[in-house]
Amino acid sequence: MQVNLKVKRFDPVDSGGKTWWQEYTVDIHPDSTVLDSLIHVREQVDGTLALRCACRASICGSCGMKVNGGARLVCKTRVVDVAPNGEQLTIEPMGNQHVVRDLVISLDTFFAQIKRVQPFLQPGFVPDHGEYTASNESMENLLTSMNCIMCGCCVSDCTVLEVDSNFIGPAALAKAWRFTEDPRDSKRDERLKALNDEDGGIWDCTRCMKCVEVCPKGVAPMDRIMELREAAIEAGNTNTSGYHHTESFYNSVKKNGRLDETRLAIDSAGWMNIPRLLDLAPIGIAAMRKGKLPPIRPHKSENHNQVKRLYESVEGESK
Amino acid sequence: MKYAFYPGCVARGGAPELYDSAIAVMDRLGIEHVELTRAACTGAGVLQEKNLKMGDVLNVRTFAMAEQLGLPIMVLCSTCQGVMSQANHRVKREPEYLAEINKHLAAEGLEYKGTTSVKHLLWALIEDIGLDTLKATFTRELTGMNMAPFYGCYIVRPSEALGFKENPERETSLETLIELVGGNVTDFAGKTACCGFPILFINQANSMKMVANHTGTAKDLGADAMVTPCPLCHLNLDGYQPKARRQVRGDSADLPVIHVPQLIGLAMGMSEKTLGLQKHIVSTKEIVRKAEAAPASA
Repeated sequence: MQVNLKVKRFDPVDSGGKTWWQEYTVDIHPDSTVLDSLIHVREQVDGTLALRCACRASICGSCGMKVNGGARLVCKTRVVDVAPNGEQLTIEPMGNQHVVRDLVISLDTFFAQIKRVQPFLQPGFVPDHGEYTASNESMENLLTSMNCIMCGCCVSDCTVLEVDSNFIGPAALAKAWRFTEDPRDSKRDERLKALNDEDGGIWDCTRCMKCVEVCPKGVAPMDRIMELREAAIEAGNTNTSGYHHTESFYNSVKKNGRLDETRLAIDSAGWMNIPRLLDLAPIGIAAMRKGKLPPIRPHKSENHNQVKRLYESVEGESK
Repeated sequence: MKYAFYPGCVARGGAPELYDSAIAVMDRLGIEHVELTRAACTGAGVLQEKNLKMGDVLNVRTFAMAEQLGLPIMVLCSTCQGVMSQANHRVKREPEYLAEINKHLAAEGLEYKGTTSVKHLLWALIEDIGLDTLKATFTRELTGMNMAPFYGCYIVRPSEALGFKENPERETSLETLIELVGGNVTDFAGKTACCGFPILFINQANSMKMVANHTGTAKDLGADAMVTPCPLCHLNLDGYQPKARRQVRGDSADLPVIHVPQLIGLAMGMSEKTLGLQKHIVSTKEIVRKAEAAPASA
C-alpha cells in the first residue's frame, strides 16, 4: 500500500533557520508503522531526513512526534489506524521543545523540568543491611507513574507549556507524585509544599487532559497532578487561589446544589485581596450591562437539602 | 425525541442566552424536554479535585433521576458532558463502586442501574435528529460566513469515556454543523486546546494568553465568528477577550464567540433577541447583519 507523508523540515544551517514542508509518497507493507514509513523515506528516498528512534517497540521513548497535530510514538502508530483511507499524514517534531533538526527535538527542556522535582528517593534513614525495601502493596499504585518512558509526548502537547515555559510540566509532576507517594521517602511534606508554592507548580495545570490522551503508557499525568493537589491540601497547604477555588466550588454545591459563580470568583481572588477584586469589577460591570451577570443570590437547585444530606453522608463515610 | 434536560449552572447563570437559544431551537425541532430541576452541579472536575467520590455520587444521582423517567440526558455544556461521561464510564465499569454510591442515594428513593446516556445538544442534533431533518428547518443559507470551531477539552477528552470509538463522527461534529448551515470552516490548531477558563482565577496571565492566541489566530485566518459547545469556553473567550487581546496582542476584541444553538438558530432565521446575541461582550452585530443578508435556503 501507499502512504503519503507531509513532513515538516528544518535545517538550522542550510535553510537559515526556516522550516518548510516536504511531501513523500512511498510503498509500504500494510502492517507498517508510521516509523517504518519514515525510515523507508530516509533509507530509500531522502537521506537528509533526520529522525530519532531506537527500540521500535514503544519502550525507549525516542520516536515521539506529532502525527496530524497530536504527539505519538510513531513506532506504536500503525499507518492503517491513522490513515485508514490513504489520507495524507502530517508529521511534525514534538511541540514545546527545541527542534534540533527536522523531526529531532532536544531533550534539554524535558530533563530541566524533571530535575526541578528532585527525581530521586530521599529516605530519612539508612537500613541496617541491604536495600531500601518497600512492600509490593505499597508500590503497586505507583505503577502508573513508573511506566513513564520519558518520551516527552505529554510535554509536547501541554496547553499550559504553550503559553508558559515556566510550568513544571506533566511528566515532571507525574514523577514528583511517584516520590510523594513512595513510602520510603522522607520529604513528602517539603515536596508537596514546594510543588504547591512554586510558580509553575501544581495549580497552573488547566486540566485539559491533553497529557492523558497522548501518553502512550497510561501514566495519565493530569490524574497524578490532581492527586498532588488533593495531597497538598490535606497536608495543610491552603495559601493558593487554586485551593480557595476548589474549596469555594465544593462548598457552593454543598450549599446550593449548584455553582454560585459570583461567589466563586470572589472567593478565588480572596475577599481581602483588593487589587484582584478591583480587577474583577470591570468584567462584572460589562457582563451586567449586557444582562448576563450571574445572579448575586445564587439559583438553588430544587430540593438542594438532599445534596447537603449526600455531602454529609459521603463525608461521614471517609472519616 | 424526548430528553431529560440538564442545562447546567452556566446556562442558568453567566450565559443565559445559551439556555434561551437552546430552548428556542429545541422547540422549533419539536424536541421534548423535561428539565431536571432537582439535579445538582456536576462538579465540573473542580469539586472532584477535593473529593472524587462526592462528584460521582452527585452525577449518579442525576443519572438515576433520568433513568426513572426513562429518558436520555441532554446537556448544553461540554464540561457537564465530559464530567458526566467520565463518572458514567467509571461506575459502569465498577459495579461494586456503583453499589456503594447507590447506598447513599437510597434515602432519596433513587437507585442507578447504569442505563442512562448523556448527550450534548451538539451530538443529539447530528445523531438523533439527523442532518436532513435539521436542514429542513433552515430558512437561510449562511454562505460566506467563516466560522472557527472551538471544542475545548471536555467534549473531546478522554476520548474513551466520550464514546469516540463508537461514534467517530463526534470528532468533527462542529465542522459538520458549520457546513450544514452553509458556512465555511476556519480550521485552526487551537480548536481542541484549553480556553484558559479553569485557571482564570488562578493564573490569569496564562489564561489571557490562551484567550488572545485562540481568538487572534482564528481572526487572522479570516474567521467571522467562533462556535463553541462549551459555555465556560464562551465566558472566557468572549467575556475576557477585550482584556486579553489588549494585554497580549495589543489589539482589540473582534471575534464573536457563539453557542451551538445560536449558530443553528441563525440558520433557522431566528432573531438576534431570540438567540440572545445582544448579550455577548464582543459585538455580534456584524454576524447578525451577515445572517440577515444571507440568501434563503433552497
